[in-house]
Amino acid sequence: MNNSNRQPTLWRLACLLGMAFAISACAGVTPWVKPYERQNLASPTMAWSRDGLSDGYMHHVYQARESSRGSEGGSGGGCGCN
Amino acid sequence: MAVTRHHFAGALGAFLLALAAMPSQSAVLPEDRADMLYHRYTGGGVTVDGPAVLVRKKLKDKYSLSAKYYEDSVSSASIDVQTTASRYSEKRTEYGIGFDTLQDKTTYSINYTTSTENDYDAESAHLDISHDFFGDLTTASLGFSQGWDTVGKNFDDNWVDREVDRRHYRASLSQVISKDAIINLAFESIIDEGSDNRALGNPYRSVRIYDDNSDILSFANEQYPMTRNSDAWSVKARYSLEDKSVAFSEFRQFTDSWGIDAWNLQVGYLYPLTPEWLLEGRVRHYEQTAATFYSDLFSADDNLNFYARDKELSTFDNNSFGFTASYERKAPEHWYVSKGRASIMYDFFMFDYDDFRDARKQATPGTESMYSFNASVIRLLLSVWY
Repeated sequence: MNNSNRQPTLWRLACLLGMAFAISACAGVTPWVKPYERQNLASPTMAWSRDGLSDGYMHHVYQARESSRGSEGGSGGGCGCN
Repeated sequence: MAVTRHHFAGALGAFLLALAAMPSQSAVLPEDRADMLYHRYTGGGVTVDGPAVLVRKKLKDKYSLSAKYYEDSVSSASIDVQTTASRYSEKRTEYGIGFDTLQDKTTYSINYTTSTENDYDAESAHLDISHDFFGDLTTASLGFSQGWDTVGKNFDDNWVDREVDRRHYRASLSQVISKDAIINLAFESIIDEGSDNRALGNPYRSVRIYDDNSDILSFANEQYPMTRNSDAWSVKARYSLEDKSVAFSEFRQFTDSWGIDAWNLQVGYLYPLTPEWLLEGRVRHYEQTAATFYSDLFSADDNLNFYARDKELSTFDNNSFGFTASYERKAPEHWYVSKGRASIMYDFFMFDYDDFRDARKQATPGTESMYSFNASVIRLLLSVWY
């Protein structure tokens, strides 16, 4: 096997080892924020978007004036603000 | 004739599709709520305003229905209009319906939207699936949208309507980091396919062509590639502080097959002044590079397949800031509604172009000063929960 073939093989092996390590590490992890500790997270002020309708309008303004699009984020899934 | 409306319209097609990409926070159905919005954009000679209404209602705590109405009234004397066309006004109306269902820890969402104006129609359908796991600390979402646009042109009997197909593929992951912090990672890939080289552009806009030898300035229709592929990823974070205020930020990077690279960063702070009053401030920076086929002034010697002079395809940046003030009150026990909120939101934008010249100036083509303009958006929102 020459060097040009060996390098991708070593790379794949390193990736597999890395993935195996990551998976084994995750297997021992348990949810670290208990349900009774989530009052701050549950506050409406922590929602990705408090007002889907008006935030959706701002995305429209940006898309009309800028070329970027996608991954805007904002309100909850299926916000109905399409 | 209108020369800016098609960027609004084209952006609308993408916008209708993009909104379904919004990340969910946990497997719950949206609240029963009605929103009434008045929106107004002014800047660069353009005024766009109108109302919007969104109503949601749950059924048996397993299903949620939504209906939306949205209206834009456009009055435009933008720089494009002033240099190559005449002032215009028009109205766009949009209707949307949605259905959400919650099954265990998975939310399924289907939305359909249709939009009409006198020279542009857009339809779109969206499917999104969102699932909570890892003790409800993690939410993974996948989505797909398909859009169908029809591009018309007023006052041109020879114009043949163009068709645009849009497809969006998206994924996002929301993760609770601590009892005070949450982040979201999102990726979205978008594919536009036009029926010919004028489908993705603006049928009203022209490029400028200058002949140095004869000192003659002429104009020609824009020619765009038939396809556009773009990728955007973003990371968002929210952090709850000791006094119940919230700091938030968002970074997004974008690239597309037209050679445009862009990024934006927003940071903000939300402060509950009293149990009823909530204040928010935010600043945002955006910048992008130009499309490879963009030029402010083409040469008569250029022999190109594609050419455009859309300032949204040029090199520019946009700095903005905004604030929100909202007042919320619970309703008396016997009322049908449980609470109400009134909000006012104001944002101010400063656009500065690096290679788009102000062609209204009397000067040799290519020597005019660079264009810039300011704009503002005001939103008045009234919401009730029931």
